[in-house]
Amino acid sequence: MTVVYYLWLREVKRYLRSRPQIIGSIAQPLLYLLVLGFGLGPVFEQSGQGSYLQFIAPGVVGMAILFTSIFSGIGLLWDRQFGFLKETLVAPVPRLQIMLGRTLGGATIASIQGTLILIVCMIAGFRPYSAAMIPLAFAFMLLVGLVFAGLGTAIGSSLKDMQGFQLIMNFLVMPIFFLSGALFPLNNLPTALAVATRVDPLSYGIDGLRGALIGLTQFGVIMNFGVLMIFASGFLVLGAWAFSRIQI
Amino acid sequence: MIHVENLVKTFGEVKAVDGISFDVAPGEIFAFLGPNGAGKTTTIQMLTTLQRPTSGTMKLDGLDPVTHPLQARSRFGIVFQDPSLDVELTAFENMDLHGALYHVPRKVRVDRTQILLTLFELWDRRDSYVKTFSGGMKRRLEIARGLLHTPKILFLDEPTLGLDPQSRNQLWTHVKHLNETEGVTVFLTTHYMDEAERTAHRIAVIDHGHIVAQGTAAALKQQTNADSLEGAFLALTGSTIRDERADAADQMRQMARMWRR
Repeated sequence: MTVVYYLWLREVKRYLRSRPQIIGSIAQPLLYLLVLGFGLGPVFEQSGQGSYLQFIAPGVVGMAILFTSIFSGIGLLWDRQFGFLKETLVAPVPRLQIMLGRTLGGATIASIQGTLILIVCMIAGFRPYSAAMIPLAFAFMLLVGLVFAGLGTAIGSSLKDMQGFQLIMNFLVMPIFFLSGALFPLNNLPTALAVATRVDPLSYGIDGLRGALIGLTQFGVIMNFGVLMIFASGFLVLGAWAFSRIQI
Repeated sequence: MIHVENLVKTFGEVKAVDGISFDVAPGEIFAFLGPNGAGKTTTIQMLTTLQRPTSGTMKLDGLDPVTHPLQARSRFGIVFQDPSLDVELTAFENMDLHGALYHVPRKVRVDRTQILLTLFELWDRRDSYVKTFSGGMKRRLEIARGLLHTPKILFLDEPTLGLDPQSRNQLWTHVKHLNETEGVTVFLTTHYMDEAERTAHRIAVIDHGHIVAQGTAAALKQQTNADSLEGAFLALTGSTIRDERADAADQMRQMARMWRR
């Protein structure tokens, strides 16, 4: 357990020390929030859906968590290149513990990042509908962080260099984001798109966050929670398996 | 303590290690010499569970690193050829994390960290981030870290690369001391023939994945009629310069360096 804790602590320390990275990773969600939030706001309101800022804020929080957690897993690539991974791999510690420490660390920093974005959203005018539901929102943030930190670890363990990174970004991360309903409501969609959104794990995360933050949900809290739990366990097992197969 | 028999590792077409066999006795200091790309590092990577051999058998303290990686790992410590520090952490944090990974009790960890960082003249900089260190300082920290837990077998893969003579001396004195007082078996590779001659009890020369000679420094010199170990080494391995395979890691490191500038 000590080892898991120490590796978790390492991830958190590294995150808290990289101020430029923290600020940088706030910029992108902020752009979506402000430009889309205020840009599409009037159209959204005219169609009778209420405030678009209220609608998109949970989506932007989910986006921040998605990116942070996937990147933390891909950060494994850097550790591999700069050699620190070797240091952990030759230690007399089961790889599962190493992987767990790293992945839990990734999920933690993703949740911190999500919280930061939530605060920024509130400064921009977003208002959660009930303070009592905030803890539920945190639970969803952590769960989404776990799902994608696990996926990130699986990807990071399988990639050999940064060349595959662009591919992952364009063919996996961006689709996961765009198909998640972070930017648009998931009802009345064409069938193909509806199917795609339903196999996207982030859809359930964003929907869960929306349920907790603005009291609007498509699938229901139980369903969201259950699906995310299944994805989290699945990706953690996949990540642990891929990590156990790393050869330097 | 280390037993290797017919060990083979192939990467695609290339046979990095081609059927090598050797034994290292408990308490022995064994040097592995060879030109770049001869298979030294690959052999160490297989012994330290980082690579799986294509064929052949290995035993570390009677344990097969392939089938019992965890038990085997608890027997050895290693100083890698290339950097393996976390540069975003401080020197002390790197030591502390290493101690935690090797289950060194907290009290012992702190004491030994102080002794080793003092020995390698890094104690004053213990709370500085490693990214602010010079190449030599990083190297010293890396060595200090490798010595934090007292393993039965110590692997040193070109540990003195880029070190000044003072630190080199410090390192070998300490390694000899460990070997004499605690009976640590040492497996080292180096390009400095004088280091091998002064430190190692026995030497093996590897070239193109084959062991071309092994014995004491005196025996190798006698065998080749050379008056120095360097002469013996050149007689055994020829004087052509070798190319090393650049792998994905090297390319990445190059790219990373570009980005940092």
